[in-house]
Amino acid sequence: MENLLEVNNLHVSFDTYGGEVKAVRGVDFSVKKGETLAIVGESGSGKSVTTKALMGLIPQPPGRIKEGEILFEGKDLTKMKDKELANIRGKDIAMIFQDPMTSLNPTMKVGNQIMEGLIKHQKKSKSEARERALELLKLVGIPNPEQRIKQYPHQFSGGMRQRVVIAIALACNPKLLLADEPTTALDVTIQAQILEVMKDIQKEMDSGIVFITHDLGVVANVADRVAVMYAGKIVEIGKVDDIFYNPKHPYTWGLLGSMPSLESTEDELYAIPGSPPDLLNPPKGDAFAPRSDHAMKIDFEQEPPMFKVSDDHYAATWLLHEHAPHTEPPKSVQDRMKGMARERSEGDKV
Amino acid sequence: MSTTKEKLLEINNLKQHFKSGRKGVIKAVDGLDFDIYKGETFGLVGESGCGKSTTGRTIIRLYDATDGEVRFNGEDVHSVKNKDELKRFNREMQMIFQDPYASLNPRMKVEDIIAEGIDVHGLASNDQERKEIVVDLLETVGLNEDHANRYPHEFSGGQRQRIGIARALAVDPSFIIADEPISALDVSIQAQVVNLLKKLQAEKGLTYLFIAHDLSMVKYISDRIGVMYFGKMVELADADELYKNPMHPYTQSLLSAIPLPDPDYERNRRRFNYDPSDHDQSEEPEFREVRPNHWVLCTQKEMEKYQKDFPVS
Repeated sequence: MENLLEVNNLHVSFDTYGGEVKAVRGVDFSVKKGETLAIVGESGSGKSVTTKALMGLIPQPPGRIKEGEILFEGKDLTKMKDKELANIRGKDIAMIFQDPMTSLNPTMKVGNQIMEGLIKHQKKSKSEARERALELLKLVGIPNPEQRIKQYPHQFSGGMRQRVVIAIALACNPKLLLADEPTTALDVTIQAQILEVMKDIQKEMDSGIVFITHDLGVVANVADRVAVMYAGKIVEIGKVDDIFYNPKHPYTWGLLGSMPSLESTEDELYAIPGSPPDLLNPPKGDAFAPRSDHAMKIDFEQEPPMFKVSDDHYAATWLLHEHAPHTEPPKSVQDRMKGMARERSEGDKV
Repeated sequence: MSTTKEKLLEINNLKQHFKSGRKGVIKAVDGLDFDIYKGETFGLVGESGCGKSTTGRTIIRLYDATDGEVRFNGEDVHSVKNKDELKRFNREMQMIFQDPYASLNPRMKVEDIIAEGIDVHGLASNDQERKEIVVDLLETVGLNEDHANRYPHEFSGGQRQRIGIARALAVDPSFIIADEPISALDVSIQAQVVNLLKKLQAEKGLTYLFIAHDLSMVKYISDRIGVMYFGKMVELADADELYKNPMHPYTQSLLSAIPLPDPDYERNRRRFNYDPSDHDQSEEPEFREVRPNHWVLCTQKEMEKYQKDFPVS
């Protein structure tokens, strides 16, 4: 299938008094129709900046897209004029922001906020737009849409507000949905509902989703493919099963190991030591090397290329080089994989 | 858990009601009963708005309780009025807050933030000693001497939470209430902070009340867990028992909603929705011991059903 979105060698930098902060340093990925790509990583890894760049929402200055192209249905978004971009934004590409408390306009009724895009992009009349807004509110599971449509955001709870944000994003049947930590601020039960709503809608509209999160549980739930970002780069990318059951990059190991599984009884969690690097002066070589237990001499000298593990699984670590010593993931990660394999075989028997 | 279970904290029929508007009353905490034993970690979970943070804040007297009592080492906390008594009590009980960005005064140096309690309680006889204690605390939580003269904005979230922990430890408490101490942090940093809390507990024999909505982390750190729903405790059991045999339908729905980092499991996930009207309505539910040390809020009929469904092997 053809790629809906293709990002090639994207570099985004911010000019600050301290110098150039290289927030995104060469990112490549693609999203197909009906597919969900999850981007995971810590705060500061560049995942939010990447999505903002896709929407043309990087404030310029201080930010700028230094290099690279973002092809949406074959057209390069980075070369588009603001006006052209405004026609795509909210219509073909929509975004769900992280914080439902701040991403709605507090002085506007939620109905009008949903109708805004419909009137602008689909040239609908006010009453048509209102009909559609009611439909959308029902779709995202808000009870009594007739009354709710006349209310202001402060009359909604956090989970309900996030549903409104999703309704706005879905208003014009976008081909691509960018969701930046859409459930992070919500309770687990509400989160589960929102994720279900998103999946249902994806099935119905066959849209591509870029889902940003740092919660690996959510990733396992929604993603078809996963990209792990660290210090402005994708360090590992693959199918969701590749990333969870056959991770290759030490950073992915660290992420997986630092989450307790429900059956874990180890005395200590595997914690990645230290903190992420300063992107004002990105380290030479492998940016993760100073925090890695498996760093080799070459990691501090030369940046690892993307090594191919399988057709759709790539990882940027020198450990995959043919001359590298054979390295096993840390015990906690291995135990977790064994545990999951055991559960799977037990599940098959039932 | 130790075999000699000594109660550190007893909570009896604790209520915290807030006025809302002219007539409304919000029953944030509505009749809680539980004990916390010395040296254990008690996890308190529930959705936002269920009253778990209010419980923590009422226990430490940030709010005055509407009704009920909190007994700490046998003494009723809320009846203490005398200033000296209060000070003594405040040394015993400390709190770590959720938001490491909002809970540190941006205009104070780290040294002064940590030493505030030391000054209030007069724990250092001179500046030299004060400084030594602060440096000691910084090292305990994995920071170093150089950090003492900086301001909070110079630190990352994880480091700030470490400062918050150092501040709580400064007065040498025996009981710490940790109100969502890790939910504002990155995954890899969460593990660091949780490991630190566990290490400190082992070294200093601390008792924790760990309030959170991240159930997998709660299970990992807690000895016993209480589940709250709308101001009431609906289930209380040992951590393993609760995850293996959740009885109350709300606990089941909560557990079924946690996404696990396992794609296969997620594909086959079945989620339960909790509907409060499904309960047996014939009588007021009570908190009953359905299995040894496993308490559930239920009616007599429901208890019989639970006991049949979850027989003691």
